[in-house]
Amino acid sequence: MDVEILSRIQFAFTVAFHYIYPPLSIGIGLIMVVFESMYIRTKNKEYEVLAKFWTKIFAITFGIGVVTGIVMEFEFGTNWATYSRYVGDIFGSALAAEGIFAFALESSALGILLFGWNRVKPWVHLVATWAVFLGSMFSAVWIVIANSWQQTPAGYHIVGEGMQARAEIVDFWAMVFNPSSVDRLTHVWLGAFLAGTFLILSVHAYYIIKGRYVLLSKKAFKITLVVAAVCSLAQLFTGHQSAEGVSENQPAKLAAMEGHFEAEAPADLYLLGWVDKKNKEATGLKIPGGLSFMLDQDFETPVTGLNAFPIEDQPSQVNAVFQFYHLMVAIGMFLIAISLFGLWQWKRGKLFEKKWLLWTFVFTALLPQLANQFGWFAAEMGRQPWVVYGLLRTSDALSKSVQANQVLFSLILFFIVYFILFLLFVYLMNKKIQSGPESEIDFDQGSLNKEISEVISKK
Amino acid sequence: METFLGLDYPTWWFLVVGGLFSGYAILDGFDFGAGAWHMFFRKNSSRETALKAIDPTWHGNEVWLVIGGGSLFAGFPVFYGTLFSAMYTPFILFLLFIIFRGISIKFRNMEEMLWWRKMWDWSYSISSIMLAFLLGVVLGNILNGMPLDENYEYIGRGFFEFLNPLSILVGVTSLALFMMHGAIYLLLKTEGELFNRIQQFLKFGMAFFIISYIVTTSYGFFYVDHLLTVFEENQALFVVPFLVFLSIANVPRLASKKQYGWAFVFTSLTIALLLVIVAFELYPRLLLSNSTIENSITIYNAAASTKTLKIMMGFVAVGGPLVLLYSYFVYRTFWGKVKSDFESY
Repeated sequence: MDVEILSRIQFAFTVAFHYIYPPLSIGIGLIMVVFESMYIRTKNKEYEVLAKFWTKIFAITFGIGVVTGIVMEFEFGTNWATYSRYVGDIFGSALAAEGIFAFALESSALGILLFGWNRVKPWVHLVATWAVFLGSMFSAVWIVIANSWQQTPAGYHIVGEGMQARAEIVDFWAMVFNPSSVDRLTHVWLGAFLAGTFLILSVHAYYIIKGRYVLLSKKAFKITLVVAAVCSLAQLFTGHQSAEGVSENQPAKLAAMEGHFEAEAPADLYLLGWVDKKNKEATGLKIPGGLSFMLDQDFETPVTGLNAFPIEDQPSQVNAVFQFYHLMVAIGMFLIAISLFGLWQWKRGKLFEKKWLLWTFVFTALLPQLANQFGWFAAEMGRQPWVVYGLLRTSDALSKSVQANQVLFSLILFFIVYFILFLLFVYLMNKKIQSGPESEIDFDQGSLNKEISEVISKK
Repeated sequence: METFLGLDYPTWWFLVVGGLFSGYAILDGFDFGAGAWHMFFRKNSSRETALKAIDPTWHGNEVWLVIGGGSLFAGFPVFYGTLFSAMYTPFILFLLFIIFRGISIKFRNMEEMLWWRKMWDWSYSISSIMLAFLLGVVLGNILNGMPLDENYEYIGRGFFEFLNPLSILVGVTSLALFMMHGAIYLLLKTEGELFNRIQQFLKFGMAFFIISYIVTTSYGFFYVDHLLTVFEENQALFVVPFLVFLSIANVPRLASKKQYGWAFVFTSLTIALLLVIVAFELYPRLLLSNSTIENSITIYNAAASTKTLKIMMGFVAVGGPLVLLYSYFVYRTFWGKVKSDFESY
């Protein structure tokens, strides 16, 4: 294998692994802030117990997120030196801004969040929790801006030629608010909220099934379910915005996502299907003219297809882009359905009575994770063969001085270390969840008493 | 070229990056140093105390690495690409040890089993030692220079070229320096029997540093000709090594008087002054091409556009004080000897 494919595998692998954790931290952070704020307002101990419990889980996801994140920053230099020189002016400054304005805030406040319960006043601790959460949100801002600039470059000009060519900033705010950054940022934030909230729903559903911390878990479940429902609905909207943006700015990517080949024709919307790039056709269950309608509210509007692009400018893995995109959308729809169904059952007072529903929530925690991964796969594979859309090809972006055996060596090391890291993550998460929030007895007694009194009052 | 207060923007940015990496070396330096001593503590309770001494703040310290890296990427992208790809193997190893150090601190206390704790203790300590060493190795290679072509690409080959006498010596010296620095930090955070033990360690640490510093400096003096040029051209610069000498000499003096707070100030100052020497050695160069000198990377041919440098000076002007404020607040919260009242995760 050559350096290019090895470096691509390594970057894809390390960034995909990294992306398990920051969305969880952002999503759990949101609910942590909610619980702790409610504790400060109501002085209800239950919220304190919940906040502390989820802080423990947060500590694990945040820790792994940080160490795997530094890897990404270094890899731009080690494996993609030509890319680094080309985009340093722009991508580099977004990365530096992330460090100064976001990462510094979350990492400093983290010390107080984790170790400061007995050291600072409760409201100071709440400020620290907010700071960690907002810091992680700001991190997402700068990282998504940097990546969006790769998708839809703006506010730059190119100086120099050949190996010396570089993109330089001419308009900072045009770079920050490039055509795709706002749509993609809201989509990423909501994806993170969904990852966190569905994990919380999963764990509390599990406790309810097992009859542990029942009262506490019901409370946590209801609050989180509301947030999850709002986020999953909003995600449909941001997803639609993003798709419209892609059709305008990256038509080759949109064509790949929908398996649309004809250069100028109304495009169909596939619910599921298969793309045969060789024979330039897609087969599957479709709504004729559906994509045209989605983009322009007219079934007849022509949409630019892959044939409009020379073969060397088309994504090579069209079917993969199609499948990842469709899986992401399908998961998004399922999340809307399950959270709305949950709300409806809550209204009927039957939310916690259906075991199958609770079990469904337990396993649904995996789906937002998959949707986040698939969404990024579709976005990044759909951008190929460009690393900076229309400007710099992935094959030109490599480090010229690095050799295949070096990358193979590092790739194997990353496989081994991340495999161990993932096993530890699963093991420790399971342990924390099994041992549960503190002071089980108090609240379960409480819940027991309350349930008994409910039973009595019903009779 | 546009200037600001008499200095051009690439020079300003050179100072900013230098400041950030000095901050990083001082802050994560004592974390690495504390970690390097870790296996010398026999009792579990001592190890726990030593870990608690750095646990609330090491995340904040590592931020300086992330910001330093980002500012190098943004300000001198040509240098960033060349250095990181040329030093591929040491940087990948650095990353893996950063991962192991981080998860060792996080995971150690999550299980009671003896083997579990021992395993993470070893992993934590070895990672800390290797991180200190590898930072020095990269610095040694920067001081040494490397063969570059006309596109500023590294043209050396092979897995182990990053290991040469100078880089190994600088690596050992930075490990020794951080061990001395880390021992003093631990003295500020501990008491009782452990405190007494670390006082003994500090003596070894100071001896280890002074010996390796003398050996490294002599090697540079006799065998790496270009390191002397800057001092030959401008003899007034000899004042910096003299200040380094004074700063180092103060450490054992203050340690013998048990004024560890001040000793810590002087180990920090030593780290900063040594990096000032590095800055004089390099400026305005960033990376000497020892094959063809015209291919050397300087702050001018490596710099981002003046506009970007200006924007980032703005970031630093706004964000810098904020970062210092957060750090001040966190250190103040956990000031003084380690107490057993904080919860471990």
